[in-house]
Amino acid sequence: MDPIHQFAITPLFGEGTFAFTNSSLFMVLTVLTITLFLILATGRGALVPGRWQSLAELSYEFVANTVRQSAGNDGMRFFPLVFSLFMFVLVANLFGMIPYSFTVTSHIIVTFALAMLVITTVILYGFWKNGLHFLHLFVPSGIPVFLLPLVVAIEVISFLSRPISLSVRLFANMLAGHITLKVFAGFVVQLVAALGALGGVLAILPLGMAVALQGLEFLVAFLQAYVFTILTCIYLNDAIHPGH
Amino acid sequence: MSDKDTQGRGGTPQDPSGGDFSERLRRLDTALKKAQADRTDGDEHSPRPSKSVEGMAQALRLASEFAAGVIVGGGIGWVFDWAFGLSPWGLIVFLLLGFVAGVLNILRSSGLMKKPGERE
Repeated sequence: MDPIHQFAITPLFGEGTFAFTNSSLFMVLTVLTITLFLILATGRGALVPGRWQSLAELSYEFVANTVRQSAGNDGMRFFPLVFSLFMFVLVANLFGMIPYSFTVTSHIIVTFALAMLVITTVILYGFWKNGLHFLHLFVPSGIPVFLLPLVVAIEVISFLSRPISLSVRLFANMLAGHITLKVFAGFVVQLVAALGALGGVLAILPLGMAVALQGLEFLVAFLQAYVFTILTCIYLNDAIHPGH
Repeated sequence: MSDKDTQGRGGTPQDPSGGDFSERLRRLDTALKKAQADRTDGDEHSPRPSKSVEGMAQALRLASEFAAGVIVGGGIGWVFDWAFGLSPWGLIVFLLLGFVAGVLNILRSSGLMKKPGERE
């Protein structure tokens, strides 16, 4: 009945910090699913794609278009990174929609690790490509000198808030969605247990809510993966062209 | 009109070598671009997300942008105080800067303000 219980991490085998937990299991499952899906779907390589192949091509086109729109053609060198992130977040979110499964992205440490991967790439590539010119990202043009320290401090905080907002958004949406779903599903059981037949009639209301929320959660699972991807592209764009 | 023009010129038999070939490639390119532009306008099944999905994606972004600015500002202030023993001045100053950064994040992600490097 505890709506938080579904997020508990339990070690499956191994001890201590390096134990193989249910979280690790679902991460491995996610990666295996993506790999198998892409290998099997593109293995045939037919000119007229079948169902699976068009699904694979659709996901490629979708991410490629997002990268080109947000980061330009130069951004396509980061396509492998962005595509992996998109597929990982999307499939992990969708795995969470299966009853009794574990949602990897509902833990902030996972989403924060993904966000730090993005930001580290942005910083390293930005400095490697543009040198110290990358720091122009923090210095807006046309600012009076006496305002400069204040504005630079605000810009730096704004930049540092990117990984936080990237990770908190994904984690909070998945966590809140799953808790809401569990609470409404719990109402059904509690009503029947407390009021018997009358409760069974009343339970139609929360059951309907749970069904509607399930649909919404599928939309959110996709949207969060999309938002994560598009923000990754926008941040990479800053590294590729700072102050263009 | 331009469509008719390309068709008429493509119909006449010409030498397929040399400069004419690049001319034909260029024509094919413009025709392809036009066809693709028509397709993305009308096609429901194009892989680009529809307007409503993009709007909702932006709505989901805005809420956390502000909070992140405040959290980071407060965090920096707290570390500043802890490192230099200036409590509570670091927290006060950086929390306020964090609020400003949060507002800036929102204005930027909703497209109301320019990015720092951009000039008009």
